[in-house]
Amino acid sequence: MTEALTHTDFKSDIKPVWCPGCGDFGVVNALTKALAKMELRPENVAVVSGIGCSSRIPAYTTCYGFHGVHGRALAAGTGLKIARPDLTVIVTGGDGDGYSIGGNHFLHACRRNVDMTYIVMDNRVYGMTKGQASPTTEPDWDSKLSPDGTGLREFHPMVIALSAGANFIARAFTGDPNGLADVIVQAVRHPGFSFIEVLSPCVTFRPEQRDWKKIVKPDAVKPTSDIARAARRMLRDTGFDLGVLYAGTRSPYSPRGPRAQRDVRELEARFAL
Amino acid sequence: MSPYNSAAMQETERPGVGTRPRHSSVSIALVGSGGAGVMTAGNMLLEAAAHAGYYALMTRSSGPQIRGGEAAAMIRISCVPIDCMDDHFHILAAVDWDNVHRFGAEIPLGPDSLIVGDPDQGEPHEVFTRSGAAQAKVPLKKMAKAIPEGRPNMLLLGFAATLVGLPDDSVSRAVEKSLSKRPAALAPSLAAVAAGREAAAAVERKYMLAAAPPGRVASRWLLTGNEAAGYGAIKGGVRFVAAYPITPATELLEWMSPALAEVGGTLVQAEDELASINMAIGGSYGGVPSLTATSGPGLALMVESLGLAVASETPVVVIDVMRVGPSTGIPTKSEQGDLNIALYGLHGDAPHLVLAPNSVADCLRTTQWAVQLAESLQAPAIVLSDQFFGQTRAVIDEPVELGIGTGPARLIAEANAPDFKRYAATPSGVSPMAIPGTAGVTYTADGLEHGERGTPSSQGTDHLAQLDKRRAKLELADYGVHWADVEGEGDLAILTFGSCTGIVREGLARARVDGVRTRLVSMRLLSPAQPARLAAALAGVKRILVIEQNHTGQFFRHLRAEYDLPGTMTSLHRPGAMQFNPGDIHRHLIEWSRA
Repeated sequence: MTEALTHTDFKSDIKPVWCPGCGDFGVVNALTKALAKMELRPENVAVVSGIGCSSRIPAYTTCYGFHGVHGRALAAGTGLKIARPDLTVIVTGGDGDGYSIGGNHFLHACRRNVDMTYIVMDNRVYGMTKGQASPTTEPDWDSKLSPDGTGLREFHPMVIALSAGANFIARAFTGDPNGLADVIVQAVRHPGFSFIEVLSPCVTFRPEQRDWKKIVKPDAVKPTSDIARAARRMLRDTGFDLGVLYAGTRSPYSPRGPRAQRDVRELEARFAL
Repeated sequence: MSPYNSAAMQETERPGVGTRPRHSSVSIALVGSGGAGVMTAGNMLLEAAAHAGYYALMTRSSGPQIRGGEAAAMIRISCVPIDCMDDHFHILAAVDWDNVHRFGAEIPLGPDSLIVGDPDQGEPHEVFTRSGAAQAKVPLKKMAKAIPEGRPNMLLLGFAATLVGLPDDSVSRAVEKSLSKRPAALAPSLAAVAAGREAAAAVERKYMLAAAPPGRVASRWLLTGNEAAGYGAIKGGVRFVAAYPITPATELLEWMSPALAEVGGTLVQAEDELASINMAIGGSYGGVPSLTATSGPGLALMVESLGLAVASETPVVVIDVMRVGPSTGIPTKSEQGDLNIALYGLHGDAPHLVLAPNSVADCLRTTQWAVQLAESLQAPAIVLSDQFFGQTRAVIDEPVELGIGTGPARLIAEANAPDFKRYAATPSGVSPMAIPGTAGVTYTADGLEHGERGTPSSQGTDHLAQLDKRRAKLELADYGVHWADVEGEGDLAILTFGSCTGIVREGLARARVDGVRTRLVSMRLLSPAQPARLAAALAGVKRILVIEQNHTGQFFRHLRAEYDLPGTMTSLHRPGAMQFNPGDIHRHLIEWSRA
């Protein structure tokens, strides 16, 4: 019997590149706590990401990590989970990575419903490239690239995830690592594709987000499996209600058709005259 | 020993068949509007030829309509193995002539050709008749009507098969096999075939095949290059495929879907090519040899992620079934225009493997080898197949085993290996890869430059060390004898690759009769470059001719850039949808060799 691991066993000794006070530190804390709580082993967990500040997370854990190209983390995670269903696959990233360059994969990951967890650290800005508007940025947020704002309405990831078929949808806040850890545990244990929107302030380019801790509403909602009810809730809430907003009952993706373990050479019968 | 016995390529006279010349190779095109069943008849003719002991190829062409457009089944039947179509068609047989003139350029006829058509369906178009070909008029529709449920395409099948001398038994068996799931259609089809056979009795048989070669028909295969590549991938160890449909690679993926399931593998349909390549890389990171297949536009979308596979040292195989580009181009026609993007499309200094099969059968071997190389060298491999290979159905001898390997080829880290460094600079450049699930050797695979442990680094020294490692493992690998097929002798040499190889080989066999002596090098391993091996193959050569199917001589330019070759070099290239034929090569070789 191997000894039980604590959350520090899941933290690597690599120093994060993040700014002091970055919300993403809370996600590393919460994720490692959740993995310890589930009594998983680092070698059986893969943390997969794309590009951006938050996508640096894999190397900050002692799990298997995959830090891929911008926007394609869900595709890499999907391939890994389908090829290796025995692994616990957690995909992480930011709002630009997931909703802009990776938007198509977000839709289809929800729809495909592979049994994995997607944690998006949403700070409504591109931080690594030093402050441009993302799909969740307010329309009037001023930046060098979009002076006076983009004029574009924000993207609503939760409603999109719901309509596209995600099987578990929750909102959490990095200022509450224990609450976030609890949501991650529920998400990983829930069958199918689980999506967690994590409010993760960017203290450098969006310093006003420091006030999020004053406006979030912990335990504001209880899970429902009623899609219409969940949609109403998501569309009406302030964006700061924390908790599990939807827990569905769809069966996770599994490859179709009869599986066999025949000898490769038997395939030659298809060509023989 | 080349399979092209030059005597066999000529018209020969055999005892027992009177004075009628017999041919070692006959080409037939069956054409008609959509729904006329020419593809069905073409497949049956191919099966009949195979059953009778001949080698054969069938390519197909259809109008731009998704369904219901005109269609052409183009078949070459031969006494010797063949890897390309002939210069022209001996027989053009039409169910009807609606829009069939669009195939004029694809179905060249000669004055000795025969046009078979139904006079009630109108006259053949001038693009066909200007060849001076003779015509045989057969009232196919009226004759078919006389047979309950009879169809003109089956009449045409019986007619064409009889003209070339395929045995009745072989045709009947092909029809039975094709209709095994539609027993009600069998009797009328056989009756129509018989009626077609009778009608052919009145026509002079100028196109009789010589006797089929000896050899066991049971040891031959009938398959497309796409199927061969799919099987080669599985044989090489691939067990995970991510697929996004694109002409002409779709059938490769469709073949693999059920085939993988039978050997414990999985195929997933991706939302786009950006996803399919990343899914494949993700699956491979998990320790399962992985692949995707696409064509030019899809490859263009994948190249960023191929850079990730290089940097993170994750094996992955991409089969590019090349079609005419750029952009959407001509999706249904072959071209060798993706060589540049395959070799040079990646950003940064990104050593990777590029291979090209040189026959339908070789699609199997080269893909299998690509999987083994990608796995053993922990690098991405691009396999440059093309539309001709992919969609041509061929009767071939069972491919010879090349000892390429079928088992796991990846160097794997053991659990709890002391002081594990995923990207350690080893003498071979290859370092053990930890597979998720293995304790004590976890690491993060990274597209960011990194040190030996995988920790991201922006230090120039780390960058140089990892660049050297990634280059060394490809340069130090022993690629053995399969890097190219090298044939012939003399102080002239032809360099080519891919589907030009079969055309060049046959053109060269004809030129040999005229006294032309040259070497032929068909390169299978296009990257990394093999300068020492090519120099040895070309020792003493005074002139080199480079032959390829694209508009700018991409292979020629690549050879000029990467190799220090002897003598003078000239380029013979032509874009896709204007395939060379053996006659073109034959004529060019005579001119070039005497220049």
